[in-house]
Amino acid sequence: MSAHANLERRRQAIYGWLLLSPAAVLLTVFAFYPSFATLWSSLFSRGTRRNPTEFVATENYADLFADPTFWLVVKNNLLYAGVTIPVSIGIALAMALWANSKISARGFVRTAYFTPTVLPMIAAANLWLFFYTPGLGVLDQIGSLFGLPSVNWLGQPETALWAIIIVTIWKEAGFFMIFYLAALQTIPEDLKEAADIEGTSRWTYTRRIVLPLLMPTTLFIAVNAMINSVKLIDHLFILTKGGPSDASKLILYYIWEMAFAFFDAPHAAAMTILVIAVLGIVAAVQFLYLDKRTHYQ
Amino acid sequence: MTTTPFVVLKDVAKRWNGQLGVEGISLDIPEGSFTALLGPSGCGKSTTLRLLAGLELPDEGKILIDGKDVTTSAASDRNLSMVFQSYALFPHLSVAENVVFGLKVRRVPKAERLEKLHRALEITGLLGYEDRKPGELSGGQRQRVALARAIVAGQRLCLMDEPLSNLDAKLRNSVRKDIKKLQRDLGITVVYVTHDQTEAMSMADTVVLMKDGHIQQIGVPEDLYNKPNNTFVAEFVGAPPMALIGAAALNGFGGGKTIGIRAENIQIVPKGKGRLSCVVNESEFLGSETLIGLEHADTTGLCVLKSGLSMMPEGEEIDITFQDENLHVFDGAGQRMAAT
Repeated sequence: MSAHANLERRRQAIYGWLLLSPAAVLLTVFAFYPSFATLWSSLFSRGTRRNPTEFVATENYADLFADPTFWLVVKNNLLYAGVTIPVSIGIALAMALWANSKISARGFVRTAYFTPTVLPMIAAANLWLFFYTPGLGVLDQIGSLFGLPSVNWLGQPETALWAIIIVTIWKEAGFFMIFYLAALQTIPEDLKEAADIEGTSRWTYTRRIVLPLLMPTTLFIAVNAMINSVKLIDHLFILTKGGPSDASKLILYYIWEMAFAFFDAPHAAAMTILVIAVLGIVAAVQFLYLDKRTHYQ
Repeated sequence: MTTTPFVVLKDVAKRWNGQLGVEGISLDIPEGSFTALLGPSGCGKSTTLRLLAGLELPDEGKILIDGKDVTTSAASDRNLSMVFQSYALFPHLSVAENVVFGLKVRRVPKAERLEKLHRALEITGLLGYEDRKPGELSGGQRQRVALARAIVAGQRLCLMDEPLSNLDAKLRNSVRKDIKKLQRDLGITVVYVTHDQTEAMSMADTVVLMKDGHIQQIGVPEDLYNKPNNTFVAEFVGAPPMALIGAAALNGFGGGKTIGIRAENIQIVPKGKGRLSCVVNESEFLGSETLIGLEHADTTGLCVLKSGLSMMPEGEEIDITFQDENLHVFDGAGQRMAAT
């Protein structure tokens, strides 16, 4: 290779690195370094005045696995994810199909569906707090019209987590709908016409043509919903604070509690590492497995 | 060809929010024929086809297919197939799945499905491509998948909406022949929309020329070429199109008329012996002949063909002549007048 071409190649490489460097610096400072610092600190014991910090290897993890609250929180979070992910995706898809069809007041419907997304989660939680309040709340008011007894939705272990789940679905579905709506608009109109001429029913067209073409979007939304099922806990602070008796406590809330209420940073760090590992594995599976079965245009 | 029309449109009209789409479309199409709907963009030819397909419903008029009134029937009840301009192939399905999609929907048994698939792919020369996705095919191959999908349905009426407009010129010529052959071999009735007059003239048994939502002329290609109904038809059909001369520029014609003349009927004559003198403004070498564009204040599109390579210098003044029997006379409104 001539010296000239070599020089040109090196110039291109330097140019590429220069373009990448701002993002690389920011990510290193605010994402990569904290992750490794967390991993590192999860391997040390909690320092007190008498016992200074010492290397304990996986003892923090062992403590967690022995902690019944940890397992309750994991179970809560699995139920939370298991319900919010499919239900919010399903509702988002149904709303998008509806808001994309030729109905009157289409703009209004779209805006209405999107409104929950615009509200900050804390504001939304306050709104729902009012819905759920026993006696005064909208739910109870409606219930009393039909002679139903007052229910303390947030105050009893059987219903608290479900009340939280409903708020999350309400919040997420509109957001996901926007992605589906955008994807639906990229499907050419003439595919529908071609299917019509063949006598395809609306349901068959949706199932055989629309849903497969929406798969890339579904995959994207599914990964997002999964991440949200771990990270969306703002409303817990307003609605239940994880209670009653940990019935609605989710893992990230427990991490926050561990770190900033009990000041047990090492255990919080260990839990964070576990969450990152699980999320990473699930996301990889979703992309690697579903990607093969997804058609990209 | 049978005498009773297979497809009938009677005074069909379609308007969009009060704006004119098409109006007064009356058309008889015999079974087994090839009809081309021709016209510039926005003339309503695609709308007419979509009305026929049932993708739009007419505001007025009647549509009959095979003697059955289908004016308000759903597209699927009209027993027709359609080839779309964009082909409308399902991007996530393979060639084979695309072709048999309609058969599956209509619950045709698997053995029959495979047999029909094989035949359709054989006819269109797509054997061996069964498992490819549309995205992995060239434009010409995609076009043939769309044709195969129309063939496999086995309908007697096939609608085509500018099926060749996305192909390059060379491919267009060969596919044109394929489509024509296919239509003859299968004995199906084809209604074909195009804006390309060469396509319409070379393929169709009957050409329907439209403009601004109205039919201008229906006829065999020779008629459109040799007896254009009005100046629009004259200027649309043929390459080069007919030249129009204001009657005032010539002796022996009353005022207000327009005279049409085709390039092949014009001769260049020595100065002073012609019926019209004009100025050369361009020379275009076409291979077997050279097209000389001429300029004269009272004419549009005047040109003359000379055989072989014979460029003429721009700005040269020449005289031309022509025989009266080759002239087409149009009245003040642009309508053809009785033969002179």
